[in-house]
Amino acid sequence: MSFIHNYIDTINKKNRKALSIFLTAGFPDKNNFIELAKSVLDAGADILELGIPFSDPLADGPIIQTSSTIALKNNTTTKDVLKYAEQLANYSEKPIILMGYANPINHYNKNNFFKDASSAGVKGIIVPDVPLEEYDYFFDCDIYNLDVILLVTPTSTNDRIKLIDHKSKGFVYCVSVTGTTGIKDSFGEDTYNNLKRTYSVIEKNKMLIGFGISKSEDIKNFAPYCDGVIVGSKIIKTILDNNKLDNTVRIINEFSEACNF
Amino acid sequence: MKNYNLPDTTGKFGIYGGRFVPETLIPALYELETTYNDLKNDPDFINEYNQLQREYNGRPTPLTYADRLTKYYGKAKIYLKREDLCHTGAHKLNNAIGQILIAKRLGKQRIIAETGAGQHGVATATMCAKFGIKCVVYMGELDIERQKPNVFRMKLLGAEVIPVTSGSKTLKDATNEAIRDWVTNVRDTHYIIGSVVGPHPYPMLVRDFQSIIGKETKEQILSIEKRLPDYIVACVGGGSNAIGIFYPFINDENVKLIGVEAAGYGLNTNKHCATLSLGSPGIFQGMLTYLLQDENGQVSEVHSISAGLDYPGVGPEHSFLKDQSRVQYFSITDEEALKAAYLTTKLEGILPALESAHAIAYLEKFIQQTSKDEIIVINLSGRGDKDLSTYMENFKEDYK
Repeated sequence: MSFIHNYIDTINKKNRKALSIFLTAGFPDKNNFIELAKSVLDAGADILELGIPFSDPLADGPIIQTSSTIALKNNTTTKDVLKYAEQLANYSEKPIILMGYANPINHYNKNNFFKDASSAGVKGIIVPDVPLEEYDYFFDCDIYNLDVILLVTPTSTNDRIKLIDHKSKGFVYCVSVTGTTGIKDSFGEDTYNNLKRTYSVIEKNKMLIGFGISKSEDIKNFAPYCDGVIVGSKIIKTILDNNKLDNTVRIINEFSEACNF
Repeated sequence: MKNYNLPDTTGKFGIYGGRFVPETLIPALYELETTYNDLKNDPDFINEYNQLQREYNGRPTPLTYADRLTKYYGKAKIYLKREDLCHTGAHKLNNAIGQILIAKRLGKQRIIAETGAGQHGVATATMCAKFGIKCVVYMGELDIERQKPNVFRMKLLGAEVIPVTSGSKTLKDATNEAIRDWVTNVRDTHYIIGSVVGPHPYPMLVRDFQSIIGKETKEQILSIEKRLPDYIVACVGGGSNAIGIFYPFINDENVKLIGVEAAGYGLNTNKHCATLSLGSPGIFQGMLTYLLQDENGQVSEVHSISAGLDYPGVGPEHSFLKDQSRVQYFSITDEEALKAAYLTTKLEGILPALESAHAIAYLEKFIQQTSKDEIIVINLSGRGDKDLSTYMENFKEDYK
């Protein structure tokens, strides 16, 4: 059983859904990033997902794209992200997960990347452009006990969800809607039906829902169909609109509160 | 290369290709692959495709002997495969016809496309107009500015042209936006990719539809010269016209295949898009392929005077053919391409697209090594009307 799985399980047993917060590493600036990330952890995030900035992030909408562009303008490299991860892993027992697109990881040298990530204390990895079909190619080297978290989406059939569940470790990342990351005003009935279906098919892993979540109400609505939620764009947008730590902390406090049942 | 039969069942050309896309798109890619595999043996589909190619697109296109260009160089005989005479002015309609018929069979109500020079956008918008399907074309802001006639044509054809303002505002970014649109609207939308790029099955699908160029060339040259050519030359951005003419000749080992990339301001500058010459393998827009990237694996911003070649990646089959040394890849600067375009216009009365001018310009580099009994075929992938403003801006008196 993986560290992340056990960790989420412990949280769930306390009548709480896990709250994972996504931050683009090196955004909004490199020097204060660690302070921001520590505040996010202290404000109630159970898991921290660090995004490795990429020039062509296919699965992301305009908000996270913008944060990626800013992080790259700040000269944030994959090495910087690993350094951040190490500092944060030393700061907190909470799991640090890396989210990165295939090319920067491949270019770093996959084997070295997984080794360095593991040494830095990273617990899991999400690569959104490596689906099941490319898993064996991409993860063909030693992954040093990192949990590989795969995604399921509304277009995934039950058979595929089972295969993805079998191959994933830590949790399965359930994408709420077809589309890229972003903020959604509301979710339709079909979304809830699909989440219910997906949650019932997943047996081996915990399931966290991401994409579009921007309100405490969303978390309450999704709670029956998941073991936790992932919030990214709403946090990045808050930082983009008003770069004050107080606002970010307040929103995470609210989301964290909404995770308790 | 004997018995060439790629991609394999996983969509790979050696190590290249694959399906590096978000999970949302995977079922649609399987559906597309299965449908295509069924349709390519379906007589009704084949008849409809052939009829449209013949009666709407104007195929077969001629293989024109370039008499004065041949005399000018005094070496090998030069033939031009006239894809510029296809309806809408470039080879792009070959693929758009095939894919619109697949989209129809898939029951998709909406088509999206990306375009650089606008030729693929025009071809897609044309087929959507003919079949009455909604069409959305993503185009970089910079390309919209330099390809105004094609933007207007797309709008005239009823397409919505969405300007893309991210990144370098060119084809790479237009493709990113098209993929994001497809991820969002995959249930009712078919994405007509315009080159031999992207996730499997697109590189195979587009190649198959474009290989009509090479099949015709083979028949025509055998009919005219009673033998195969010694050289085939084509420009390479994503590489659809090049693979289209190369593919039927891959097993003919005596036919030398030459791909010409855009060197922009020169390979010693960072203003070029010579992916196969200076790139390295990377994962980009759904495929593992040669890629221009920096030391951190970020995709480079590239340059070419030709919007259709202005792309940091290349089709994965080209990457494989380069590694196997079956195709030789070289590059030509903006300036060399312009000179070749003016020369071809003056000598042959044919104004080539800026993309095709790169292929023609390569004659200067190698024709002196050829002999008079050899044959060169250059794929003239499109006509230069869309590039008139660029030709006017860059014309110099010494080109006369």
